[in-house]
Amino acid sequence: MLRRILIGGVSWAYLALVYAFIFLPVAVLVLFSFQDGRLPVPPFNGFSTQWYEAVFVDRKLMAALGNSMLVAISSSVVSCVLGFLAAYSLARYKLPGSALQRGLLIAPMTVSYLIIALGLLALLNALHMPLSLLTVGIGHVVINLPLCFAIIYASMGDHQINIERAARDLGANDFKVMALVTAPMLMPSILAAFFLSVTFSWDEFIIAFLLSRFDVTLPVEIWSMLRSGLNPKTNAIGSLVFLASVALLLILEFSLFGRTKKQ
Amino acid sequence: MTAPVSIENVSKTFGHFTALDKVSLDIRAGEFIVLLGPSGCGKTTLLSILGGFLSPSSGRVVIGDRDMTFVTPAKRPTTTMFQDYALFPHMRLVDNVGFGLRMRGLGKAERDEKALGFLDLVGLKASAGKRPHELSGGQRQRVALARALAVDPEVLLLDEPLGALDLKLRRQMQDELKAIQKRVGTTFVHVTHDQEEAMAIADRIVVMNQGRIEDFGPPSQIYMRPRSLFSAGFMGEVNFVPGRVRAADALSAQVETSLGNLALPAANFTAAVPKAGDAITLSIRPEHFRGTDKSDDPMFALGDARVAGSAFFGTHYRCHLQPCATDGDALVAHLPQSSDVRDGEIVPLAVRAADVVALPAASGTL
Repeated sequence: MLRRILIGGVSWAYLALVYAFIFLPVAVLVLFSFQDGRLPVPPFNGFSTQWYEAVFVDRKLMAALGNSMLVAISSSVVSCVLGFLAAYSLARYKLPGSALQRGLLIAPMTVSYLIIALGLLALLNALHMPLSLLTVGIGHVVINLPLCFAIIYASMGDHQINIERAARDLGANDFKVMALVTAPMLMPSILAAFFLSVTFSWDEFIIAFLLSRFDVTLPVEIWSMLRSGLNPKTNAIGSLVFLASVALLLILEFSLFGRTKKQ
Repeated sequence: MTAPVSIENVSKTFGHFTALDKVSLDIRAGEFIVLLGPSGCGKTTLLSILGGFLSPSSGRVVIGDRDMTFVTPAKRPTTTMFQDYALFPHMRLVDNVGFGLRMRGLGKAERDEKALGFLDLVGLKASAGKRPHELSGGQRQRVALARALAVDPEVLLLDEPLGALDLKLRRQMQDELKAIQKRVGTTFVHVTHDQEEAMAIADRIVVMNQGRIEDFGPPSQIYMRPRSLFSAGFMGEVNFVPGRVRAADALSAQVETSLGNLALPAANFTAAVPKAGDAITLSIRPEHFRGTDKSDDPMFALGDARVAGSAFFGTHYRCHLQPCATDGDALVAHLPQSSDVRDGEIVPLAVRAADVVALPAASGTL
């Protein structure tokens, strides 16, 4: 009896430790974003929302927030469209060297963001293309396309082939089959790919840092704030970023995975 | 709408494998045709060629009076009902059924009205707003039928549509299919490997084996007067008795077998005109054996046989009989409910000459 209580207690303690290890840094970050004082370090002086007010009146931060959203959403849309088209053609048509092509599409996942950013930087220089949010978006498409392709390709099964044949049989042309049947059928995985891609783009730093100049995304703006020293304002903006990511994940969980469970 | 279908010398090869070997078939407008055969016999390949999902390696497909050999499925006057139903999972039933009409450019109100009409035809009007995953297998099957019929095809192709249903539901759907086909008048081409299903619904049955058509005709003809050993064996239980033609003229032939000698009308040679010396196989259905008693028809006594085992099947006793004259293979006979047979009993055997079909002996092993 005592042994069972002991084992149970140890397991619970272990679980608590694991979660503490994962979430303590975030909890501390959020806690000190409410710090009533100039330094986000212990002791906690009292509760205040002044740093959030400071965030919302900071023009540069708000501009960076908008840039981040723009880059995240548009690069994710492009990644999903390209990923879907690649997955559709590789799953439905016999292409030369399709195994090799699949490998090539997924390969960028294994390359570090730093290498991808440096490579793109060299290429953009050679093309005399000025750095901007567009180039950041291009970089994010490069890293998110393999992800979108892999997720969408994995959900394309053989049982959908007959459904597409039925649509064709009833008079749909190739474009209508794709737009009215294939894409809606795969919508859960397309949306999953989209939201994951948005979260990755949302807090990506290295590519955004190396490929941007005047307009910057939020992680880059936060980084430049950090250079001028610790400040509860960075905690506040960090908490907001975290909140946004959590919200996206919750949308993903309830709208998609919840629905597939029901089916 | 409805149209005749003509398949002319169609062959299909996949690499070195010949799936269809010079198949020719004429289907009348409004007929219910069943392609029957074991898996791998080419029946689904033939259906895919009719639907336009495959192109034949050689030969022609004519629907109505138009050559359809290389026309895409979308442009053919055919629709296919798939084995796994292939309903659109993200659409309501009314949108599923209306999809083909939408592709033909009908407005929403008009196509919804037509779609509801076809859902009504299959008894699912009340479920029009549901999605396919909320339905049972039998209901999905009906939606697939309504969807395929909604575009008013000239020919409906059915690819083992009842394969996934349990036996009772399958029998019920067979009757429904047949009734709906009569009502709409469309030419139906239905693929199955179930000979009972084929007999239940077909106007004419096409028996296929190894890429060829073995037999083609109304169910009763295929069953009673099969034109090949395969067709005889596939359509139900049958006894094959080897024999030899001793003499033949234009009207009849003398046949000798291990069970005795028979004189058969020449018409019973369904595959070839009998010639003296031909090695043949007699095909006798189990229910055609009777006692030697009463009957006006010419009967042939086949000697006595010992009952080696029997079981009561409701409509008949199914017996294994060992002919006393030979130690050849045992025969299977269906004896009447009233016969009350016992194991070891000796019974006299006889058949009506008209019931015996003579086919060429199998070359090689059967």
